[in-house]
This record gives sequence, C-alpha cells and structure tokens, in this order.
Amino acid sequence: MSDAVWVLGTSMTRFGRYPELDAVDLASRACMDALADGGVTIHDMDVMGAGTLFQSQTGMGQRVQKQIGQTGIPVYNVTNACATGATAIRTVYLSIKAGEAQMGLAFGVEQMGKMGLLRGGAKAEEKVFQAAGRYGAVTGVDGILGTETMPGVFAQAGMEYACDYDGVGFEQFARVAYKNHQHSTLNPLAQYRKEFSMEEIMGSPVQSYPNTLLMCCPTGDGAAAVVLVSEERLRSMPAEVQKRAVKISASVLTSDPWVESGQVQPDVNTLTRNAAAQAYETAGIGPEDLDLVELHDCFATAELIHYDNLGLCEPGGAGEFIDSGGPFRDGRTPVNVSGGLISKGHPIGATGVANVYEVTTHLRGEAGDRQIEGAKVGLTHVIGLGSACGIHILEKAA
Amino acid sequence: MTQEATEVVEIPTQLPIVDYLRIGDDPHLAANECAGCQARYFDRRNACARCGKEEFRSVRVADDATLRSFSVVYRAAPGIPVPYVSAIVLTDDGTSVRANVVGLDDPMKAELGMRLRFTTFTCGTDDNGTDCVAFGYAAA
Repeated sequence: MSDAVWVLGTSMTRFGRYPELDAVDLASRACMDALADGGVTIHDMDVMGAGTLFQSQTGMGQRVQKQIGQTGIPVYNVTNACATGATAIRTVYLSIKAGEAQMGLAFGVEQMGKMGLLRGGAKAEEKVFQAAGRYGAVTGVDGILGTETMPGVFAQAGMEYACDYDGVGFEQFARVAYKNHQHSTLNPLAQYRKEFSMEEIMGSPVQSYPNTLLMCCPTGDGAAAVVLVSEERLRSMPAEVQKRAVKISASVLTSDPWVESGQVQPDVNTLTRNAAAQAYETAGIGPEDLDLVELHDCFATAELIHYDNLGLCEPGGAGEFIDSGGPFRDGRTPVNVSGGLISKGHPIGATGVANVYEVTTHLRGEAGDRQIEGAKVGLTHVIGLGSACGIHILEKAA
Repeated sequence: MTQEATEVVEIPTQLPIVDYLRIGDDPHLAANECAGCQARYFDRRNACARCGKEEFRSVRVADDATLRSFSVVYRAAPGIPVPYVSAIVLTDDGTSVRANVVGLDDPMKAELGMRLRFTTFTCGTDDNGTDCVAFGYAAA
C-alpha cells in the first residue's frame, strides 16, 4: 500500500471584506465546510494546522476549536509570511506521513480589512539621531536607501528578470494582470470579478513602476481549509468518497539559500526553483504534464518570473510565454484561472490553502464555469518573503 | 569637599544614515567580508551564510556600479517624498547594494544596465544640528 496523503475535503470563503465577522468566524466557516465536503467531522481529526500571519500570537487553532469542536487534538499554530497556509497544510501532511495521524484539518485565515500599502514605514522626524538596529540606522531608510514597500520590492524582482532577458517589459507585466482579471470573472469566490483592458491596466495609477494599481493584489479577508487523510484510512471509506479524493503527489517547503544579492533584495527565485525541482522529482512528473497552476502573483511582476522559475516556459522565455497566450485558460499551461492573488485576493494566511482548494476543485471536475476540462494534474505555489516557498502537486484519483 | 565632574558631550556635525556608510574625506561603503569565501555582508553575522566560516574582515566596496534593477516608486508611506528611483545596483567588485538612483531630472529616465557612481548627500538635520548623511548612485 502506498503511503500517499490525500485531500479528502476542502473549502474556502469568498475572499473580500467581512467587517461584520472576525477571523475566527471566517476560519470556522471554512473548516466546517471542508469537513462536510469530506463527509467527516472534527471528531475524526487527529491533528490541526492553523495558519495566520497577523494574528499569529492569538492561538488561532484553539480559538477555532472552541467554535467547531474541542477534542483535545494537537494544534500547530504556524506563521511563515505568505507561505503560512502552505505551511499549515504541511504540518498536517507531515503528521500523517509520520504515522502519528490518519486524518487532519489544516486552515489558513486572514482578516486584513483595508490595510493599504504593506511595509515601508512612515517617516518620523527624529529629535536626535541615534544609531539603532542591525545596520545602525539613525533614521528610517525607506525611500532614502531604496524601497521597502511590497509593490516596489516585487517590481525590482521583475525588472531584474527584464535586465537579464529580452522581450520583457511593462506590457508583458501588464498582460499578466489582464489575464488574471479576465480569469476572475468566472470565479464566484474572487474578491474582484471585473475585466480590464490593457489600456486601463497600464493607465491605472502607478504604485511602483512597472506595477500599476491594477497589477497589485488587494488586501482582504478570507479563509480556506483542507482535510487530509492517509491512503490507508481513505481505502476504508466508501467508493464515492475515494473518487473525489485528490492525491498530494508532492509537498515541498524550501527557504532561501545564500545568493550574493540576497541581503539587499529578497530572493524569490532560487527557493522556487529548488522547490519545483524537488516537487517534480517526487511526483515523477515535469512541468509539461501540468494541466493548471496556481502561483503566487502578489504582483504582476512576480507572476512573470515564476513562469521561468517553475519551468513553465523556456529559460528566459517568460515574456514570450505570456505574449503567446501560454498561461491563459485556453493556453498551454493555464495559470491562475481563479483570478490569482491579483483579482481573487490575498488574505495572506488563507492564500496557500485557497490555491489547494482551487486545484482540487478542478481535478474533481467541480469548478463550474471556470473548469479546466479534463484536468488531471495541478501545481500550487506560494512565496513568503524572508523567504519561504511552498509547492504542492496534486493529482486526480486514478 | 567633593568636586562634580562635568561630562562634555561632543555633538557630531554629521552622522551616517547607516553604519556601513563611512563618511568624512573619502565617503564609501564598507562590508564585512568572509575570510573564507569573500561573501559580503552589511550587518554582523555569526557565521558566513554561504560557507559557515566565522572570520570576517572589513572591506571597502567599489564606488562604480551598474543598475541591475529598479522601480520608480510613486506610492509610499506618508512623509516620504515621491517619486523616487529605488534600485539594486551591482558594484564593479560584485557587491549588490540597495539605494536610490539620484540626480535624474526625470525618474523614468532610469535604464537597466546604466553606469552609476556612488555619491553622498544630506537627508536631514536633528535638533542638535547634526546632519544625517545618506548615499545613493548617480549616473556616471
């Protein structure tokens, strides 16, 4: 018998703004729905993985248990920047792999509201300059020694690729956003569902060139959950349950290895490449076998470079890949058919679970209007700055 | 009888914005270089993140550089003047530095691959009259 781990149930709330609810409400809703989707209850769970970034010190897992069932199982409250959700899944995955659990629940949640621009501190007027911190800074350096804002950091990641390879510029980055906004019109769970023209995208207010407003993900609220089960336990379940289960062919988490520029610019490339190589090898597939990919498009500039990092295009060929329609839903490898972070939304802790929900739903043939017909294999990818990369490869039940 | 000691605090006329900026007659950046593999760090490290060696020496970073990547930032936190050109430059001795490209009359004139040279400027003054000296890169 294989020791594979399977997705038994999954759910997500629509991403958006829920001022009338709190994060515990959102997470509990996603958890209850995921359990029901798998035909099980919290009383069947042996372990729980709980992911949130901004409420990471609040005992989120235990707070959700108080809403849905306190059974005394171990809870791992995890945080790993934007890879938080994927990390929560992996804690449950590893528990099952280790033989300590047969079934477990992982969720990710975030309630961000309208936080606005992330990172980059407001400039304070120092009364008296005094060196502080690891660099002995006497004042805030954001805006003086480069940018610390997310749209800027990811703009630079994309522009570095443009420096190294031809055929990549403002228009190619804008086309990524064009695609994802277009895709989101088919997804009822997306925060935004509006199509924009290339002119509207390129003409929207520049945040950090080349990222305009419509090329940046919004902040928002939402939750997603998955129920994982061991192969052994799955085989004891009814045939119709087994049929809807989706196999996790690879679950990988990497951190950023040393690169020369890493101390001044977070490296989102090397750890993605390492994770992808490891995931493809474990799953015994290549990028050409993927029917859909949900990758970390926090900004349009980020998505483009991950085409190359995940091997979806020829080395250096990300510009050509988007220009030729490769990642559109009718293209060679559909990317972010959910609308991606750019339009589906990015409640940070939920993101790495929501993309597993998305791919699972397609592999089950239950994605409705946005279904990628005949999808058998899909990949999910998240990046947390600092850095952490989570990749899962999912396969339809044989 | 006791005599009270009077402590004289000398107020500096200038302070560097970060401690890896050396100011004075010959302003430049200084890095902690690994004695084993020459990896460079602007902060202190317990061991080299690349090779693990625990010995470092202070080295001067080259002034001449190439623009590897940039973003023209139009939206920033309150109080930060925009637009500005945030950049990752690669110095001629192979060190990546994050700083602004300064001195362009139009920020959109920044070009990937352009040649740059290290420069310093005053970016503020505190209540003691001490200037904060920052660094950037100007078109060469």
